[in-house]
Amino acid sequence: MSAEFPKIAVAGENSLIVYFSDHPNRQLSSLIVRTSDYLNQSCGEGSAEWLIDLVPSYTSLLVIYNPLLTDHHQVRRALRHAIQQSSASADLNKGRTIELPVYYSVESGPDLARLAEAAQIATEEVIAIHQQTDYLVYTIGFAPGFAYLGEVDPRIAAPRLVTPRARVPRGAVAIADRQTAVYPAPSPGGWNIIGLCPTPLFDPNLEPPMPFKIGDRVRFTAIDRQQFLQLGGCETDLEGEIL
Amino acid sequence: MRGVVKGLAVIKPGVQSLIQDRGRFGFHAIGLTTGGPLDYSAFRWANRLCGNSDSAACIEVLMGGLVLQAQVATQIAVTGAVIPLTINHRPVACWRSHCLHPGDRVELGNASAGCRAYLAVSGGFDVQPSFGSAATVVREGLGGIKGDGEPLGSGDILPCSTTEMGPCLDLDQFYQPTYQNTDISLRVVLGYQQALFSQAQQQLFFNSDYRLSADCDRMGFRLAGAAIRSSTTSLLSEGVCLGAIQFPGDGQPIVLMRDRQTIGGYPKIGSVLSLDLDKLAQLLPGATVRFEAIGIEHAHNLIHLSEQRFQSTPLVEITD
Repeated sequence: MSAEFPKIAVAGENSLIVYFSDHPNRQLSSLIVRTSDYLNQSCGEGSAEWLIDLVPSYTSLLVIYNPLLTDHHQVRRALRHAIQQSSASADLNKGRTIELPVYYSVESGPDLARLAEAAQIATEEVIAIHQQTDYLVYTIGFAPGFAYLGEVDPRIAAPRLVTPRARVPRGAVAIADRQTAVYPAPSPGGWNIIGLCPTPLFDPNLEPPMPFKIGDRVRFTAIDRQQFLQLGGCETDLEGEIL
Repeated sequence: MRGVVKGLAVIKPGVQSLIQDRGRFGFHAIGLTTGGPLDYSAFRWANRLCGNSDSAACIEVLMGGLVLQAQVATQIAVTGAVIPLTINHRPVACWRSHCLHPGDRVELGNASAGCRAYLAVSGGFDVQPSFGSAATVVREGLGGIKGDGEPLGSGDILPCSTTEMGPCLDLDQFYQPTYQNTDISLRVVLGYQQALFSQAQQQLFFNSDYRLSADCDRMGFRLAGAAIRSSTTSLLSEGVCLGAIQFPGDGQPIVLMRDRQTIGGYPKIGSVLSLDLDKLAQLLPGATVRFEAIGIEHAHNLIHLSEQRFQSTPLVEITD
């Protein structure tokens, strides 16, 4: 880490944000997760109850505290200590790799043909390239269980849609710039859809409610229409509902 | 096993009525927002008038129109927006608790100043928490009486227990917040990417009036006025705190409220003081607001003073 980092800034009356670097990478994600875990363990239930919540992301960690129990000077001190301890500790958590099946096709991926055309390659090649990378879970947000995965091969990277779709189906596998993701629930969305994943990605009744966490890796594997339906995929999502 | 669930029956839900407790904390890392009352001050007064702590679940009533029928004997209190309240068609006061008996009918009319009212019940509504909280977040499908994020509907039973009828409690009008429909000043704790906004742009922002657009909900309030530019249009997505003011490409500010997304990539100039978010939450589209910059130490002083005032304000016992 350079002298400029970590940088701690005020975010609001009850929040500080730590910037660890300008550039995301796997080692950095791991350090952010370890710092976050350290704070949770040392502050959560036990001695200090000022910690309310934490939002780890690509290069930053938002720390939300109770300003009636502490002030930002004390929180800065606790943060610097946590970063120091986490930087010194070994990167033991190598992360797991989770495999997700994807039915890539024109009927399940309405933007697949356009991405292929823009890259001047065949749709089969787009599908092959998307499966070649083990993507890192950089952060989770936007919606429950929505994981930002990177980085997508530049050949199949594509900007967000100018006009977002009003409804993206559950399980949509999509690309925005050099990020890819699976929509855990139906929602509006502006990412380019290239397929559908039948695996449930957020279930409040499960512990843990989602199959991966920040620092894990995700690998996509192609399946056919029949396998998609056998694995619980929804046929109505293939019948032109994605406009 | 519990028997037939009893409590307050929803006859009409009104425009939108939501179960809210203080919110859902500790789950941002899996993308869950906090939820909770948009006007926290009114919410905690409603609870205190019923002898509850801040963690009890209340109803947040948007605009009005909620009609309930009691199935148990208990006490309720309504606070927040200026709203006509009747029990068995007899007008009664807000900002105090009232005894309810089985069969009693409670009606909220239409708000005339402010737009969010809070109805608390003695002991709180007994709602099974999702991720530690009963707070309803419609967008996430979490919280509420069925745990699925649905707003209240006709025929719902809001579980609460029969309570000992103590004396009713009243908050003197002197201590009640006042509600106005426009011209509110919002204090902003400077922070985040403040340095990416030039002095000229910051002056423009803090000297302009902004109007609430039609696009205001529990997630965020989108304002319209002088467009503010920063030296970047997008960042790597990062954690978004309560009250954060973000500027998308069109330069029009969005103030993020309790149902905000947990992360976002637009530049932010700082965050609105929570005490002022309570006032913003009571405004409707078309209202105007101004922003005023304050530092973090000033913000902490204001929060401590407000807490001190809440704790030391006496409630008056009344016997009808």
